Amino acid sequence: MADASKSPQADDRGPVTTLATPIHLDYSFTPGIAQSRNLRGLAEGKFIGQRCSVCGKVYVPSRGSCPTDGVPCTEDIVLPNTGTITTFCVVNVPFAGQSIEIPYTCAQVLLDGANISFMGLIQEVLADEVHMGQRVEAVWVEPEDLTPSMASVKYFRPTGEQDAEYETYKDYL
Amino acid sequence: MSDGEVLHADHVLDYPYSRSVGPVIGAFLTGLRDGKILGATGAGGSVIVPPTEYDPITGDDVGELVEVGPGGVVETWSWVSEPLRNHPLDHPFAFALIRLDGAGTSMLHVVDAGAPEALSTGARVVPRWKSETERVGHVLDIEAFVPETGAA
Repeated sequence: MADASKSPQADDRGPVTTLATPIHLDYSFTPGIAQSRNLRGLAEGKFIGQRCSVCGKVYVPSRGSCPTDGVPCTEDIVLPNTGTITTFCVVNVPFAGQSIEIPYTCAQVLLDGANISFMGLIQEVLADEVHMGQRVEAVWVEPEDLTPSMASVKYFRPTGEQDAEYETYKDYL
Repeated sequence: MSDGEVLHADHVLDYPYSRSVGPVIGAFLTGLRDGKILGATGAGGSVIVPPTEYDPITGDDVGELVEVGPGGVVETWSWVSEPLRNHPLDHPFAFALIRLDGAGTSMLHVVDAGAPEALSTGARVVPRWKSETERVGHVLDIEAFVPETGAA
C-alpha cells in the first residue's frame, strides 16, 4: 500500500472542493423533578409552577429552585388558564418544517399569578391585532391527546377581556 | 399525578454541514484521494502538514505544495482503550501526533497498534490507506497509521 501511495493517480472526479462534516448529537433529556411535575400537569391539562418560600415569586415551569434566592422551591402552585401577552413576535418568514400558516404570532404569556412568562402560539386572532397587555387563555388539545409536553397546549387565544394595565406586566418584558 | 419517576425524552440534533475547503485544504484532500500526503511550504522553508493557506507564524501566503511521508515518527500519543461510536476505529487505538518525513509540523491521526505496548514516542509509522475506490478526499482516506515494522 505504501508504494501505491507514492504514485499519484489521475482522477476524473475533479479536485475536492467541499467536505461533509455532519454533526449528530443524541441526547437523553431529563427535565428533573420539578419540571417533570410541570410536564405531568400538562398531561392533565393544567399549568403547575412552584413558589419560592423566600421571595414569594412563582415560576412556571419551575427548575426546582429559585434563581434569585438559591433555595429549593417546595410549594407547588396550580396556575389558571389565563394570562397576559407581555411581548410578541409576528412570524412572516417561511422556513423548512413550518407547520403553521404565516403570518402567525408567538408571544410571551404571563399566566395570572406567575412571575415569569413563557412562549406560546397565539391563534384565533389576526396577527396585526395581537398586542401587549392582551388577555389570553390556553386552548388545550383533546383530552385523549394530552401528553407531558407543551404540545398539550394547542395555542393561546384572546379572551376578549379588557387589556391588562401596563403596570401589571412591565417587570416581565 | 405520580411524582415517583423523573421523566426523560430522547432528543436528536443533526447538523448536515458541508464545508467549502478552499484551494489549499482542497488540494490536500485531493492528494489524499490520490493516495499522497501534501504539505505547504512555509515562509522559512518548513513544510506545514496538514497545509494551511497562510504561514501560521509570519502570516505570509504559503508556497507550493509538496509531497511528504508517507512514513513518519510518533511525537506524542494517547491510548484509547474504549473507543466511542464516532471514533475512526472500533477497537483500541492511539490518537497520535505524527511528524511525517519531510514535514516541519506534526499531524493528528490514529495509530492502529493493537496494544499500547506496541507503541512508543519516536516509533516509526506508515499509513494504511483505504483502497483507491473507497477514497473520497477525506483525512480518513488514511484508515490509520501502523507501526512500520508491522506494515505489509
